[in-house]
Amino acid sequence: MVNDLVQFVIVVGMATVLVAVCGAWLARVLTSPGHVLPERMTYGLMGVDPGEAMSWKRYGMALLFSNGAMMLLGYGLLRIQGLLPFDSLERAAQTADLAFNTAASFITNTNWQSYSGESSLSNFSQMAVITFLMMVSAATGVAACAGFIRGLGRKSARDIGNYWVDFTRVTYRVLMPICLVVALIYVWQGMPQTLNAEAVADTLEGPAQHLLMGPVASLEAIKHVGTNGGGFFGMNAAHPYENPTPLTNTIHMLCMLLIPSALTYCFGTMLLRRRQGWAFFAAFLVMFLGFLAVVYSAEQQGNPLLAALGVDQQDSVLQSGGNMEGKETRFGIAQTSLFVTVTTAATTGSVDAMHDSLTPLGGLVPIAQMMLNDVFGGDGVGFINLITFAILTVFLVGMMIGRTPEFLGKKIEAREMKLVMLAVLAHPFSILGFTALAVLWPGSQDSLANVGPHGFSEILYAYTSGTANNGSAFAGLNANTPFFNTTIGLAMLIGRYFTLLPMLAVAGSLAAKKTVPEGPGTLPTATPMFTILLVFVVLVVGGLTFLPALALGPIVEHLLMLAGHLF
Amino acid sequence: MSSLNDRSSAPLEDLDNPLPARTSMSWPTVTVEAFRKLSPRVQWKNPVMFVVYLGSIVTSLLWVQALTGEGEAPTGFIFAIAIWLWFTVLFANAAEAMAEGRGKAQAAALRAARKRVFAKQLSEPRHDASWKPVPSDEIRTGMVVLVEAGDIVPADGEVIDGAASVDESAITGESAPVIRESGGDFSAVTGGTKVLSDWIVVRITANPGEAFLDRMIAMVEGAKRGKTPNEVALTILLVALTLIFLLVCVTLMPFSMFSAALNGESQIVSVTVLIALLVCLIPTTIGALLSAVGIAGMSRMMQANVLATSGRAIEAAGDVDVLLLDKTGTITLGTREAAAFLPAAGVDERARVDAAQLASLADETPEGRSIVVLAKQRYGLRGRDLAGSHPVPFSAHTRMSGVDIGTRQIRKGASDAIRQFVEGQSGRFPEDVTRMVTAIASRGGTPLVVAENERILGVIELKDIVKGGIKDRFADLRRMGIKTVMITGDNRLTAAALAAGAGVDDVLAEATPEDKLTLIRRYQADGRLVAMTGDGTNDAPALAQADVAVAMNSGTQAAKEAGNMVDLDSNPTKLLQVVEVGKQMIMTRGALTTFSVANDLAKYFAIIPAAFVATYPPLAALNIMGLHSPTSAVLSAVIFNALIIVALVPLALKGVRYRAEPAQKLLSRNLLIYGVGGVIAPFAGIKLIDLVLSPFL
Repeated sequence: MVNDLVQFVIVVGMATVLVAVCGAWLARVLTSPGHVLPERMTYGLMGVDPGEAMSWKRYGMALLFSNGAMMLLGYGLLRIQGLLPFDSLERAAQTADLAFNTAASFITNTNWQSYSGESSLSNFSQMAVITFLMMVSAATGVAACAGFIRGLGRKSARDIGNYWVDFTRVTYRVLMPICLVVALIYVWQGMPQTLNAEAVADTLEGPAQHLLMGPVASLEAIKHVGTNGGGFFGMNAAHPYENPTPLTNTIHMLCMLLIPSALTYCFGTMLLRRRQGWAFFAAFLVMFLGFLAVVYSAEQQGNPLLAALGVDQQDSVLQSGGNMEGKETRFGIAQTSLFVTVTTAATTGSVDAMHDSLTPLGGLVPIAQMMLNDVFGGDGVGFINLITFAILTVFLVGMMIGRTPEFLGKKIEAREMKLVMLAVLAHPFSILGFTALAVLWPGSQDSLANVGPHGFSEILYAYTSGTANNGSAFAGLNANTPFFNTTIGLAMLIGRYFTLLPMLAVAGSLAAKKTVPEGPGTLPTATPMFTILLVFVVLVVGGLTFLPALALGPIVEHLLMLAGHLF
Repeated sequence: MSSLNDRSSAPLEDLDNPLPARTSMSWPTVTVEAFRKLSPRVQWKNPVMFVVYLGSIVTSLLWVQALTGEGEAPTGFIFAIAIWLWFTVLFANAAEAMAEGRGKAQAAALRAARKRVFAKQLSEPRHDASWKPVPSDEIRTGMVVLVEAGDIVPADGEVIDGAASVDESAITGESAPVIRESGGDFSAVTGGTKVLSDWIVVRITANPGEAFLDRMIAMVEGAKRGKTPNEVALTILLVALTLIFLLVCVTLMPFSMFSAALNGESQIVSVTVLIALLVCLIPTTIGALLSAVGIAGMSRMMQANVLATSGRAIEAAGDVDVLLLDKTGTITLGTREAAAFLPAAGVDERARVDAAQLASLADETPEGRSIVVLAKQRYGLRGRDLAGSHPVPFSAHTRMSGVDIGTRQIRKGASDAIRQFVEGQSGRFPEDVTRMVTAIASRGGTPLVVAENERILGVIELKDIVKGGIKDRFADLRRMGIKTVMITGDNRLTAAALAAGAGVDDVLAEATPEDKLTLIRRYQADGRLVAMTGDGTNDAPALAQADVAVAMNSGTQAAKEAGNMVDLDSNPTKLLQVVEVGKQMIMTRGALTTFSVANDLAKYFAIIPAAFVATYPPLAALNIMGLHSPTSAVLSAVIFNALIIVALVPLALKGVRYRAEPAQKLLSRNLLIYGVGGVIAPFAGIKLIDLVLSPFL
């Protein structure tokens, strides 16, 4: 117990220190006036003007069209994989629906995998499609957030920066250097980084054993730094090549939290509102710790039915105890619970245990965090989502001080509310709408591994993971069917762009407004009280939206388990 | 600006006791109105309540279906839900009708003033020109009419000749007549008012139906009430919440079917229960009361005798950060009072006071009287007979007043006027008197120099009287984060001293209309909202620029046109109350919204277990209120949802109590009452209703 808590404190403590370091660096990158040589060459090559001041529309269009082009490229490469040379294992091309799902998944930073990496992707595809899209989708998210923050900070301005500059700088000055360092540490810890497709070992019994490998370390670095989560192998971070040691497990978690949390500090620095930045970080952290406590206690408690049979599930020197089904013994309850919470908070989707095998309440946490989508959240988008709810909070309670609501000195009026509510609505519409469609779709029950509420949870989890751009799977659901591939692919695109673009519009609209000076009469937003309110509004709005669905899934499953019924 | 008019000396205390609501609607009328508003065209305007309306229709149809024996749920249950959903709609209608009712009563009183009268249309714009009678509804802009004693002013207009005392009680409720005269700031007359004495020639400035009175009637009736910006934004939020809950409830049907299938059960959730859940979840409380809050805000403004030309103006009043206040009438009483007699060097004190008193005995202005009073109190000088003397009244030309007794010419006036007077008689203006004059000015006083023939006797110090209680008001405003700026024509020294005494934050001295306009623009460029009052034509540009501009009813037509509110009492201090009403309106909206959303938690705990307990019996564990049965749980939640609207009508109409406190404090208090209270109240309420219902089920 104490051991476990110490592990939590170490990870959270290190993450907090990194917030200030990485946040300060991000703010410098996003505000520095000069362009370095590789950037100038890139602008020249792409024929873009780095001096252009872009309105939110132009910024959003640049984001949308460049993402569209890169998704198309990924889709094309996956479709012709079978024709490309140098794959000694000659893996076949993906089908149309699977390639659409994969391309949508990686361009939206989701990394939902309807395929198993080692058996269906060549090393070239792993690098040119997967690792490439992992990098650019993360850069897209951070760049969008940069434009967003700039919009919040400006007054009577028409532009929110230059998308190409933000995108290029984030890639060159933030993601690539961090990934290089992290990848080297991974290699040191024993991850493969090779262009060979496999190592063949002769076993004692005679038959040859094929150990598939490839450029794993480089993929793992951006997979976590970019809050992507798509594994090189089907087993993801539970595979020893992807996660060889407790140290890599810890670095994975720190990398996932790095940019989403640092953006709060970056925001505080860019707007000269440091307190506000920390207040937002506190909101993230409070929710995170609450969810961690739920998973940890549920998993450590173990299964009451096993306890009734006299199975020893106690934490002791010899075992970590608790519910160990689907978990790696080398990580135990603490490292697994923490990983589960981090990966679904920061919407990465990398897994070091099977989420399907979590206890009902433990399984509720990942799904709930993805439903909220703003407990740290993905690179860039997590912060944007939090601000969406901050604006909603200001509007809901701000009127009670007798003024029309203001956020950061900007009046929140009909236009902003329209866009904010569009972003808030897109999320449940995609999750609940597609889940409803899936349960009505003939034959979808055949994809389920389980009956009862757990079967329902599997479908709900899939669309939640897709819409939240998380990508982790509950497993148990065979999602590689044309129906699931297409609908989950659409859910990922809706979840990404229908929240990003409206919020960029909000930033553009707020940038154009005057700033009302703050005083005793305005609503203070950098206070503990506002942070608590913000968390409360996130939980209440999310809770009210998803509670009925959760009641039919994990909640009733938990109650049934207590009644002695498992699924 | 009219500085020395008596109207501005209304005591501050009056503000806290606005006129009571004139009348309110009777219950039968409210009921009839509530049913009349069931028309789809009315309902469509309120999206949240429209959903409830549709829900009522659908459940009613389901009930009819159940009567034929093919119901999806017990007939009695569907019937009860349908009835209570209709009640919910009717309660919302009644709340709006009650709010409108207050306005209607005020409008009826105003309409009585708009009688059809005959006007005397002059053939030429002269008093003695010939005239012919024209009915008031045929009067058009630009016509010139004669209004004599006993006549009703036929339409809004500008006095171009003559002066008359006018009874404006029909509009202001104030029985004392006011003077209306050509030229200057008191030249506007309002249709429906009555001339009591003398005559005036009026050029009409408004066509029938567009006059001030008509606009007032339309406003208070709510006929022309457009949604305010904040109301629009709030409606968007409410619509979005409604859409989310609609989605939640619609998808629950397939979820329920799927769960039942996976579980090998056959019973799924009924449409009636889903509609009940939907209605309970969508923000009906604020949805039902939103327009009532807006109308009530307007109506509270009317009770304060302030007419807003739009709800937008009232809302802006809540957001105001800077108040521009005219010194005279707002911060100080209109009059000044003698505070001291300062002797010039070598002058006997008694002689000087004597002269000052003599100069003022015939002076009927408040300042003059205060000099006589001071002379009596301080020096025991009584009034005396002034036989053989000639009072010299104040004239704008000489800027002095006084008295001639034989060869003694006693004068008092502004220092430069007196300087001219004595130097004209080869007298001398002593250095020490100049110093005294400056000293008085720097203390915030007004110096009046007294002279007899060529000799300066001394200086009377007149002091502005700061209104009682105004300093506390400004302190309140500062705590609320509102900055006060005093506007005055006085010189900087006087202004600064007075500003310090009154406790305003800033001061604009030697203000010209251009200065005011520049100041407003500067504050607005900083993102602040500015409120001001004004009455003169020269105030019009500043009034038009300000975000909240309260024109005095006694002021000119131009001022009234430029402002977005008119204060019928012509009391500049009213601005403070205007801000409070604005804040109160927004606070009420926020409180009801928070309460409405907070309520949902308890409703989930009532309905979700009730709806799915057939599929999953263990869900009964969520029934933490221990409600009697699924039927009574759903019904109790629906009934609570309907009754809470009724319970909150008084709050919507009266408004949340306003206190002058910093935002943080206000927020904590209101969060505790409406947020925490909103979470707890329905748990208690639903349980209570369940206890009452369960014996009957």
